Amino acid sequence: MLAGPAFVVMLAVTAYPILQATYDSLFAYRLTDPESRRFVGLNNYAVILTDPVWWNAFGVTVLITVVTVLVELVLGFALALVMMKALRTIRPVLRTAILIPYAIITVVSAFAWFFAFDITSGFVNPTFGLEGTDWFASFPTAVSVIMMSEIWKTTPFISLLILSGLAQVPEDLQEAAKVDGATWWQRMWKVTIPNMKAAIMVALLFRTLDAFRIFDNVFIMTGGAAGTETLSFGAYRQTISRLEIGLGSAYSVLLFLSVVAIALGFIKIFKVDLSQARGEK
Amino acid sequence: MDSQNYSTREKVLWWVVGLLIVAYALVPVAWIVSLSLKRGADLSSQTFLPPDPTTENYELILSGSASDLFLPALRNSIGISLIATLIAVVLAMFAAYAIARLDFPGKKVILTTALAVAIFPVISIVTPLFNVWRTIGLYDTWPGLIIPYMSLTLPISIWTLSAFFREIPWEMEQAAQVDGATSWQAFRKVIVPLAAPGVFTTAIIAFFIAWNDFVYGISLTSTEASRPVPAALALFTGASQFEEPTGAISAAAVIVTIPVVVLVLIFQRRIVAGLTNGAVKG
Repeated sequence: MLAGPAFVVMLAVTAYPILQATYDSLFAYRLTDPESRRFVGLNNYAVILTDPVWWNAFGVTVLITVVTVLVELVLGFALALVMMKALRTIRPVLRTAILIPYAIITVVSAFAWFFAFDITSGFVNPTFGLEGTDWFASFPTAVSVIMMSEIWKTTPFISLLILSGLAQVPEDLQEAAKVDGATWWQRMWKVTIPNMKAAIMVALLFRTLDAFRIFDNVFIMTGGAAGTETLSFGAYRQTISRLEIGLGSAYSVLLFLSVVAIALGFIKIFKVDLSQARGEK
Repeated sequence: MDSQNYSTREKVLWWVVGLLIVAYALVPVAWIVSLSLKRGADLSSQTFLPPDPTTENYELILSGSASDLFLPALRNSIGISLIATLIAVVLAMFAAYAIARLDFPGKKVILTTALAVAIFPVISIVTPLFNVWRTIGLYDTWPGLIIPYMSLTLPISIWTLSAFFREIPWEMEQAAQVDGATSWQAFRKVIVPLAAPGVFTTAIIAFFIAWNDFVYGISLTSTEASRPVPAALALFTGASQFEEPTGAISAAAVIVTIPVVVLVLIFQRRIVAGLTNGAVKG
């Protein structure tokens, strides 16, 4: 009974919209022309899935997700190890510094990176002798800056999760392996990582799903130009800018299904039992 | 692992590594602060530091011509985020209390639902709401943002709070009752003080997530009646079409960043514990 209200609210704010979107996605429906709203079945889906724009956005989203999550995992692990091992005097400073990117709102971080690489006002070009490089004019450079800002902003999250996972690795196992003459790498692969698999998986799963929804940085930096449109941005453009409710809804449903597929894939492939990860039976 | 007998060389190495990390974390922040202090004419100087620091950008957005864009947005952000936080934390408190304290069959369902909601793509919620909100008149209103913000603040509140609540020794409540306290007294005198830090931390995390929202803000609002700061920033244009709004955007960005960074720094230990426990232990 006590948990009821929270449960109902959660369903109301998510299940209801996705059902509404599913329903809307079956209509040809443009907000500027409500009179001609008509049922078209799965036609919107056919339109989207045969459109190279969708597949391009899909590819960009997957690229951003894979690259940022992998880099963040390595970088986050390294940062966690440093925070764990660093001199006691600088440890609190590091922890504080690392929390700052996490505390910055995404839009502000996107602006900071955008202005830094900007061709007229940015400091990056003169600093690295790249005068005249317009980073946001072509896909490889534009998507790189977007990914850098994403990595900068969210590595702390992954790093903190890994740090708390590291803290749970039993100390005596480490010592035992040390006594047995295992090298640092061997201890890392055979003792540390297997013992914190749950923490790594949770961090990976959350970050993957989060990265897959990337929107803010793209909106601020390129507005989807130079081929950097992601799935979330595509859905936004269809619905909010073009007022194509039917097509936009189909976009949203497809994005939702992709996220569900990723989550299920994670749980199947890596056998992450989240309730087990939380120390429950 | 905690043997801190490093040689001088190792110490130097750690300091270098430490400094590199601090620089990595701070350069983008320092850059936006620097931009916010540059004069309009210096904005294209491309130097990292402002050659001639000025507060004119802050004056512009706080009392000057851009203030009627920025100040209402700031008010909206504060109001909407606070209300969304309050509702989420109160609802999550009941749920987390039930999860930690009582044995009931729906426990797992609630935690799984919270998880599912947390991974939900926000844009999939926006699309249908955009149309429905227009029809029923919630488009571009405070409730029109507070309600969808629940999808952001409620799941994380339930997870972090139930992690905190699980650590509370509930037997103490019974012990107090044995000593003659009524159940309400026992709850108020024993449990509330123990739970307060967790509730507070959860509120900060939830507020911070609501403050960070961009997708809802940009999609479900159209005027200063409800548009929050992140969305307003994205739509900032210069005073005239020939003026780059870079300085004003930077100043506004610094202003919305300061309160959150200060909060995070003051309560960093608790926030880290809340985030990691919520995610790893639940």
